[in-house]
Amino acid sequence: MTATPGREQVSRVLQQHGALMVLAALVIVGSVAFDSFATAGNAASVLVSSSFTAIIAVGMTFVIISGGIDLSVGSLFVFGGVLAAYGSQYGLFVALALPLAACGLVGLLQGLLIARTGMAPFIVTLAGLLGVRGLMLAISNEGATTYLVKDSAFARLGQGGVLGLTWPVYITALLAVAAMVLLQRTAFGQNVYAVGGNEQGAALMGVPVARTKVYVYLMSGLLAGLAGVLNAARLSSGVTILGIGLELDVIAAVVIGGTLLTGGAGGITGTIAGVLLLGVIQSLINQVGNLTSAFQQVVSGLFLALVVVAQRLLGRAQRLG
Amino acid sequence: MSQSAAPVLEARQISKRFPGVVALDGVSLALLPGEVHALVGENGAGKSTLIKVFTGVHRPDGGELIYNGAPAAFGTPLDAQRAGISTIYQEVNLVPMMSVARNLMLGREPRGRLGVIDTARMYGEAERILAGYGVVTDVRRPLRALGMGVQQMVALARAVAIDARVVIMDEPTSSLEPREVETLFSVIRKLRDDGIAVVYVSHRLDELYEVCDRVTVLRDGRVAHTGPLAELERLKLIALMLGRDLDEVRTGGLTRFSRDRRRARERDGARPVVQAEGLTRRQVLHGVDVSVWPGEVVGLGGLLGAGRSETAKGIVGALPLDAGRVLVAGLPLRTGSTTAAIRAGVSLLPEDRKAEGIIPALSVRENIALAALPSLSRAGVVSDAKIDKVVEVFMRRLRIKAASPHQPVQELSGGNQQKVLLARWLAIRPKILLLDEPTRGIDVGAKAEVQALVDELAEEGLGVLLISSDLEELVEGADRILVLREGAVVGELSGDDVTEDKIMASIAERGAESDG
Repeated sequence: MTATPGREQVSRVLQQHGALMVLAALVIVGSVAFDSFATAGNAASVLVSSSFTAIIAVGMTFVIISGGIDLSVGSLFVFGGVLAAYGSQYGLFVALALPLAACGLVGLLQGLLIARTGMAPFIVTLAGLLGVRGLMLAISNEGATTYLVKDSAFARLGQGGVLGLTWPVYITALLAVAAMVLLQRTAFGQNVYAVGGNEQGAALMGVPVARTKVYVYLMSGLLAGLAGVLNAARLSSGVTILGIGLELDVIAAVVIGGTLLTGGAGGITGTIAGVLLLGVIQSLINQVGNLTSAFQQVVSGLFLALVVVAQRLLGRAQRLG
Repeated sequence: MSQSAAPVLEARQISKRFPGVVALDGVSLALLPGEVHALVGENGAGKSTLIKVFTGVHRPDGGELIYNGAPAAFGTPLDAQRAGISTIYQEVNLVPMMSVARNLMLGREPRGRLGVIDTARMYGEAERILAGYGVVTDVRRPLRALGMGVQQMVALARAVAIDARVVIMDEPTSSLEPREVETLFSVIRKLRDDGIAVVYVSHRLDELYEVCDRVTVLRDGRVAHTGPLAELERLKLIALMLGRDLDEVRTGGLTRFSRDRRRARERDGARPVVQAEGLTRRQVLHGVDVSVWPGEVVGLGGLLGAGRSETAKGIVGALPLDAGRVLVAGLPLRTGSTTAAIRAGVSLLPEDRKAEGIIPALSVRENIALAALPSLSRAGVVSDAKIDKVVEVFMRRLRIKAASPHQPVQELSGGNQQKVLLARWLAIRPKILLLDEPTRGIDVGAKAEVQALVDELAEEGLGVLLISSDLEELVEGADRILVLREGAVVGELSGDDVTEDKIMASIAERGAESDG
């Protein structure tokens, strides 16, 4: 009947840190197997390329823990990038403020629709995905137009850095720490867990359910926009045809990181580990050389399936009969 | 208990209507500080509605709520909670995946520097609070890893910790072990001594008499009785709940069951069509034995929550069992599989026909044919002609009033919907029919027709297990009655013993000490 505390703890640790353990194992295996894997250059490239996904994934973690989903992040990533590149002609401030305001507004509207009208997050954010993507194609001549960054200070935000890492990596790290504190150590974070764990119960316990949901989608929109801004700075341009299917990669990373797709459990450390895990898998496949990068998706897919099965089993072990 | 004190919470002539139903009709109830007030009544009596009015879920249509001597109108459960009215629901309404401490402290976490939650202090405080309830556990563990009793205690601690002046408990013991019930009772007594008013909703009479000071009985949305509990004998309490006058419990009738049918069963040589032995499910059923012979109508009596529906569900495999077996016509049935039960000839007409029975948008024809499709098809292809025939037969036989077989079931009256469901289960030619409240919520005429039909079916040799909260229906419809209490059979009545007062007496019998 009773799961022994020992077993329960083991399954809890696996749930929360499984991705981190696999990540560590993969890094060790990769270092042994490939000479060019464990180099500072390769590590930096994995970190830099993962940082954009990681920023979006942080927002997605809040959304998924609250019991929702946000499919619009891929489109908002592009939207943010294009608006940043466009805004850069008016200087650094506009290049930052314009995309954040716009993406935040989309996130806010989605949050309001979901929280106030009770519409399904899947549908609302799917509408966001299609609408914003369509808007991008419409204004960019079916993707033919690319917006070049006109402000050098803005470009340095994406390309400059210290210690071999670019600023986006540091920004991601800062955001991740802030998000951890927000999730674990503030009333808002607790409310997110409560809403995702038992929405009705949370309402009866006095949690402002609707407000919590609105904030979560607002945050996800802002972070997706920010990731787009940084990416535009890195590329010195806003490209409209990027980020197709990005939302699915992000969701995969969050779930691999141990956040339950059904809501109520998960965390930022797991998400970061999940993002890095996908990045390392990609890097390893590149090391093998004769495999195409499409195999990265095959491996990620298999891994995702494995994680979901493992979560089911772990969840059972943690519960009483 | 200080009887002289002014009521802390008072309902004055509260009315609440829902479309088609008057849930509360001028209900008045005064809660005194430092009393444990039992609120009892059968299904549909208005208990839940009244609780929801107290806790701000519903707004009353008429009457007023007086809290602390002033009129109060709570817009949301949160408003009521902030004002000091806490509710502990039947199903623990906490967040299972969050830790015990975070559940307990949600919304009032101790803050440290920068407004960030001070986790060390939070864990310490949670431990201290729970220790006061006799709970010693690692408060960092997720709530769901703990037993139901501890979870219930956390919910209670949470409710009281927010400076509650009124604590409402809705069936708090339904999932507790006897030892945990004792702890709960000592906590309730402590609350009472602290001057908190407790509303205690339960169907377990032993518990009511053990812990409650006063009782209010609701029936059909009105107060049937209110007063000190100790002065009210058990039989009288049950009569009040069931709406029966003790002095003139009649056996005469309004129902359409034929009276001359009650006869001695001829058991010689015949096998019971269904024989359930030792049905056991943790917290719900404790070794229930039920047998039904062909042509017999067996009634299941008992109060709400006694395990009647659960017994029926256990037989058809809709409720997972911890132990027990079911024989159909002498052959063991694989438990836990409704498919196996249907194949063996066991049909259940569920209590909640909206949620568990009809498919509203489908036609009468499709609803009837649904369960019988395997027998109406060859190699997976359904024969339209056969369906038409079956549907036609049952629509005529059961006198289903529909414009055509193709009318959507949702357009029919409740009685006709019930008949469609009955037809569905009869179409698979069952050996035994389990009927859970077959006449609830349908009009008088349709009720009589359904009752007459049950009679006819039994005449033809079908075994019937009848569950009904309507004592009259039970007494007149059943050849034999098993009385359930707290998941166990506590009495069997047959022949001349099948009377309303004997059923009530059987329910009222002081429960033997729980075996634990």
